[in-house]
Amino acid sequence: MKKLPISSRAITLAVVLIPLLLAFGYVATSSGPLALIPVTVTQVKSQAISPALFGIGIVEARYRYHVGPTMTGQVLRLDSDVGDKVTANQVLGEMDPVDMNSKIASKDAAIKRAKASVLAAQARVNDSVARAHYAKTQSQRYAQLVNVRTVSEDVAEAKHQEFQIAEASLAAARANLNATQEELEMLRADFEGLLQQRSTLRLMAPVDGLVVGRYVEPGSTAMAGQAVLEIIAPDSIWIDTRFDQRQSGGLAIGQHASIVLRSRTGQPLTGKVARIEPLADAVTEEIQAKISFDQRPDALPPLGELAEITVALPELATTVVVPNASIKQFNGETGVWLIESDELRYVPVEIGASDLDGRVQIKRGLKANDRVVVYSKQALTQHSRIKIVERLVDDKQ
Amino acid sequence: MISLAGRDVLHSWGKFVFTGVGLGLLIGVTLTMAGVYRGMVDDAKVLLNNSGADLWVVQKNTLGPYAEASSLYDDLYRSILAMPGVARAANVTYLTMQVRQGNRDVRAMIVGIVPDGPGTPGYLIAGRQITRSHYEAVADVAAGFKLGQVISIRRNEYTVVGLTRRMVSSGGDPMVFIPLRDAQTAQFLKDNDAIINQRNRTTANPALNQPGVLEAVIGSQSSNPYVNAVLVQIKPGHSPEQVAEPIRRWQRMQVYTRAQMEEILVAKLIATSSKQIGMFLVILAIVSAAIVAFIIYTLTMGKIREIAVLKLIGTRNRTIAGMIMQQAVGLGLLGFFVGKISATFWAPLFPKYVLLEPGDAVRGFVAVVIICILASILAIRAALKVDPAEAIGG
Repeated sequence: MKKLPISSRAITLAVVLIPLLLAFGYVATSSGPLALIPVTVTQVKSQAISPALFGIGIVEARYRYHVGPTMTGQVLRLDSDVGDKVTANQVLGEMDPVDMNSKIASKDAAIKRAKASVLAAQARVNDSVARAHYAKTQSQRYAQLVNVRTVSEDVAEAKHQEFQIAEASLAAARANLNATQEELEMLRADFEGLLQQRSTLRLMAPVDGLVVGRYVEPGSTAMAGQAVLEIIAPDSIWIDTRFDQRQSGGLAIGQHASIVLRSRTGQPLTGKVARIEPLADAVTEEIQAKISFDQRPDALPPLGELAEITVALPELATTVVVPNASIKQFNGETGVWLIESDELRYVPVEIGASDLDGRVQIKRGLKANDRVVVYSKQALTQHSRIKIVERLVDDKQ
Repeated sequence: MISLAGRDVLHSWGKFVFTGVGLGLLIGVTLTMAGVYRGMVDDAKVLLNNSGADLWVVQKNTLGPYAEASSLYDDLYRSILAMPGVARAANVTYLTMQVRQGNRDVRAMIVGIVPDGPGTPGYLIAGRQITRSHYEAVADVAAGFKLGQVISIRRNEYTVVGLTRRMVSSGGDPMVFIPLRDAQTAQFLKDNDAIINQRNRTTANPALNQPGVLEAVIGSQSSNPYVNAVLVQIKPGHSPEQVAEPIRRWQRMQVYTRAQMEEILVAKLIATSSKQIGMFLVILAIVSAAIVAFIIYTLTMGKIREIAVLKLIGTRNRTIAGMIMQQAVGLGLLGFFVGKISATFWAPLFPKYVLLEPGDAVRGFVAVVIICILASILAIRAALKVDPAEAIGG
């Protein structure tokens, strides 16, 4: 009984010191070089993956029409504004004709005058025909009279000469008639031309479409060829998409695509690859493709809006697949950390296609049901001592 | 044989334990301070390790990309790939900024990486590596983001698809990895007001506002063909300097090897702040040593009457000295254990990385034992001088 106070003190001290030593032991083994590196492990699966391409695009119209005058002039009126739906051949506005109408009136008058000239020339032809006919008869008659020696040869030759003069003046009158007729034709053609020119002063819609731009207001001068209104065909909108060249293998026309407009992130739309541009962008190292909508969205997205495009590529044959987090670089090689009977071994692998969920095909180096390290709390080496755990962070959402 | 020291400790175990714990906390603080210093240097080194590069190609006459700003054209990597001895080369951008997530923002270093190239995080602790060429991010777990969360960098939103660990800038800010193209945009992208302002300025300049010219000028103003560095991995069998020299000579770029980069980071970038911490560590160590010595001295002086009694009953001086020294070393050991344990437990709570190196712990242990012995020698001298008469005279 005497020793009890001392031993109870010893017990109390032990109660304090033993946990301390245990804690120290725990601290020494759970941190520093003696600590095990927690890793997670997965089994290599054999499965088919469906790669996909991801790109960023801009909504654009395939067909854009710039409506403007063919001659420089002042815009008289514009009936359409941005956002208006227009139909083909609808008059959208008009250029100021300036002196066009006066020119037409003047041509009209000139035509009338030319018509009168034609009539006068015709009359002169008739007159010449009559004169020539009379001169011809006289000349024949005097020729007979010379035969019977009733008149002198002088007189007969004079009559013949009169006949020839009459013939010549008839030819001249006919030529004059032709000339006046040609002039009339010319004036008529000019007149038609002016009328046509006047019709081009009207700005007309080339197709059914939507007005997206109004660049010149009435009263201002538009140069020949300058766009006054811009019209797009709403059915022709598509997305000009850029894919990283590195990740664009396998892209083909007709592949299905999912389109997420920046303004409607929750509602993916469907589309197809409509065109792959033959020219790639060498500066940005991207290729460009056009993605058309399967069904045009009811509310037309504004041109220039950004869209995220995911193009689904055909499913690939079943191969050995690992998560991309398990692929590591070590000693200048690409490979995975393989776990064989709790020993860590680095295996170089050859990588094939991958999908957007991070699954990577392994062409060579692994077989199904191999166990490989996915996550690790620090970089591994051959001598790392590992501890396999379920997960490293507890934040799966 | 009876252990006098053990008996004495058992006799006043409360005093012994509490003094030891107090001492231990002080030692813990000293160890932590050493850890803060080591962590600072380690932050600089992991930055280099994580980039996975053997060479850094940066703008000529700069100490970039970490210590100074550096900017290169983003197609330079093509010519570097063609240089002898280069296995892989990839562009990289670094930008330290506030990253928004919900209502909070986190200071982070945005790293623009080429998928699969050097610069990609070497290991993950959750999720996956970036697979899309836009709008995906892998974040360091220290940033506090979770998988699937959406974070805002400038105007764009990124989904966190993977988490990594110990990927920090030299300043200890967590890294957020995003695709290079996005990072280039983020680095250059001004706010909308600034863009509109710039467009208006350009339009107002009569030399630029001409048909055809204006669009081209505005287009060139809103693109960013620059990166901060090219990370190069060399082929086996080449030395870094062998590969670096032709790039310096023919590409006329600054090239740093890992050793040079480490020199820049440790000796230049964090030099002042690490010296500051180092200075503090030295003072703390001296103060701790002094306090440990005083505590042991006072503890012994507190027992002077008992020692006098021991002398009175004829105990040998060696026995008394042994008792005092054993107690002092025991106290030191207890303090060291408590210190090491407490430092290990509170180190992860620090916002920046605290690296408790085993070497530091061993050095600390040796120092504690030496200090205890030295302090006990002082105390022993005092104890042995005591007059046995004090035991009854007092």
